[in-house]
Amino acid sequence: MSTEAVEIGVRETAAAPPPEAALRPVPFRGGGFHARPVRVLGPVVFVVLTGLWELGSRTGIISAVALPAPSQALDALLDLARTGMLWKHLDASLYRLVLGWTFGTLLGVAAGLTIGLFSLVRAGLLPVVSALFPIPKIALLPLFVIWFGIGEGAKVATILFGTFFPTVIATYGGVDGVDRNLIRMAQSFGLPWLSIVRKIIIPGALPAILSGFRISASIAIVLLVAAEMIGAQYGIGAYILTAGALFATDQLIAGVALLSALGLAVSWLIGRAERHFLKWRT
Amino acid sequence: MELILDNISHDYGETQVLRDVSLTIGAGEIVSIIGPSGCGKSTLLRLVGGLERPGAGQVLIAGAPPAGSLNPLTYIFQDFALLPWRTVAGNVSLVLEDRGIAREERRAIVDDVLARTRLSDFRDAWPRQLSGGMKQRVAIARALSVHPAVMLMDEPLSALDAQTRELLLDDLVELWLRERFSACYVTHNLAEAVRLGHRIVVLSRRPGRVREIVAIDIPLAERPEHGAELDRLQRQVWLAMREEARQADRELADVH
Repeated sequence: MSTEAVEIGVRETAAAPPPEAALRPVPFRGGGFHARPVRVLGPVVFVVLTGLWELGSRTGIISAVALPAPSQALDALLDLARTGMLWKHLDASLYRLVLGWTFGTLLGVAAGLTIGLFSLVRAGLLPVVSALFPIPKIALLPLFVIWFGIGEGAKVATILFGTFFPTVIATYGGVDGVDRNLIRMAQSFGLPWLSIVRKIIIPGALPAILSGFRISASIAIVLLVAAEMIGAQYGIGAYILTAGALFATDQLIAGVALLSALGLAVSWLIGRAERHFLKWRT
Repeated sequence: MELILDNISHDYGETQVLRDVSLTIGAGEIVSIIGPSGCGKSTLLRLVGGLERPGAGQVLIAGAPPAGSLNPLTYIFQDFALLPWRTVAGNVSLVLEDRGIAREERRAIVDDVLARTRLSDFRDAWPRQLSGGMKQRVAIARALSVHPAVMLMDEPLSALDAQTRELLLDDLVELWLRERFSACYVTHNLAEAVRLGHRIVVLSRRPGRVREIVAIDIPLAERPEHGAELDRLQRQVWLAMREEARQADRELADVH
């Protein structure tokens, strides 16, 4: 019966084959919107841009007053390393950054979890968080100076507050985003409350928490420089400010390059953490 | 152990979902619950397992659960509900971890249920690496690990393609023949209901009431040889619910 059906089908649809000359391939219309990794291009563009800049400075197209040559900035950086000041500045900046960011995010994750888990806390604290989040924390620096002193306290506090709020918001958003069906499943198997939090809610919120870390880390670097520009003897921000005041643009560029390197290092570290903790995602 | 549903009614706000549903799920019996979409089948199942409180009426347990049953009322969900951050073995062990079972014994239970669902080779795989059918088998393994008295299955095969569904249906029958669990099997698929159910409860459209109960006497193991008889039953059930389904299809879907 099935062969009969096939024969009928053939009879119904098959036309005479077209002459050979009329055959042509179907034109390809797909592709083009898929990002593929091209490894070497990034460094090449970087090197070419720096090279053009160097060339422009050497030939005088770029005025030395406006922008120093990359080689001069590099000299300034090497100078800084030779005198040992580099480590002093980096040490001061990293101390503030690590301390402020660590405590800011730890407290932020804790506050975000309680807001995400308890309706009472959410109703009480969320308006406060929403009101304080948009304040540029650097505006509070004078207040922090009064509270915590002109020394490290004020700077660390600025970074701490600045990283706290975005972390709270990322964390409770992550808790809200955890698949309710997974929680219902856990309840249906009689898992205790603490286990549901530990094994389902926290791992489920982790992707959002880690992307919150990316944001809070860049905020921390911005606040670090701002705080150091306002009152610090050492630190990358203080170094850049001094260089600017003396019109030592080569030092200024060296300081900015340090900040860029710092940002890249932080982003690399968070990338590593993501790959470790989120290896269950593709 | 038996489950008795006594005059269950339930509402979501203004919407009446279930009205006066009474039903008994006997020991070792599979009750298929079928009805048009939105008739409250899944709600009924959540009420049965205590995930929601009924607006009126009650769900009663008669008799003690069998010895060694860690979680007498155990669900199998349509979307599998596997933790993506745990491996196959980790997903099974999740439901054993808070029960004071020694690590070695836990491992033994996990190995046993994975072997019974033919998943031993996949114990370290991530859920994302598994097909839909495999994921549901992991969920079945997880359910078996707690020795349920009643399995509450919420459209367990609806997210799967037709071939996988057939395979898993056979798996479920085979499993029942060995374990003789009771089950409440919610589905919108007539063929599944007829293949697995000792009784088929047809619900009306919203608000869901018991419209008809069809008992099937053919033993589960022999059903594949009674194709014609099953087809007849399937038609009978379909006739009972066709008009309801037609009406339900015309209603606006505004509850969850």
